[in-house]
Amino acid sequence: MTDTVQVSPAAEFIAGAIADNPVVLFMKGVPDQPGCGFSAIVVQILDHLGVDFVGINVLQSDELRQGIKAFSDWPTIPQLYVNGEFVGGSDIVREMFQSGELKTFLKEQGALPR
Amino acid sequence: MPISADELEADLRGAFPDAQITIEDLAGDGDHYRARIASRAFEGLTRVRQHQLVYAALKGKMGGALHALALETTSAP
Repeated sequence: MTDTVQVSPAAEFIAGAIADNPVVLFMKGVPDQPGCGFSAIVVQILDHLGVDFVGINVLQSDELRQGIKAFSDWPTIPQLYVNGEFVGGSDIVREMFQSGELKTFLKEQGALPR
Repeated sequence: MPISADELEADLRGAFPDAQITIEDLAGDGDHYRARIASRAFEGLTRVRQHQLVYAALKGKMGGALHALALETTSAP
């Protein structure tokens, strides 16, 4: 039996998006009009901190919606990536925001001015 | 397809026998829960890894049978 590694177009797209953009939020809907409360919370937090980010609407294709879950080994959306690293979903982002950790982290990562 | 808080707790208990587990049914519909889980299994792990362990314990229910599970995990029981 041979194992073949298949890279789906969705995985390729995701890898490209997080390589090309320092802060990427995979979300339902778009930043101006989030399609789900959990996505809205993360958008609000990023806006509040003044972070430049790219929002990617996973509802644009089912392949992308399933693909991001497989890519991150994470069953829910939203998903925040900073400099190619998966930071977390809405619970983790909110917890990090409330403790001040998110701001520090984003400064360290160069996503916010020091 | 909602699941009961007992079923949820049983899955979590199976994976984290030492844990202190608190489950709240947020909307009363068996579909939106908050779980606080304190277990030594989380020691030294990032939050992402901690939550991944919890999702693994739920064997694919998350995002399927279970629409929303707000998670708080700590390593100090």
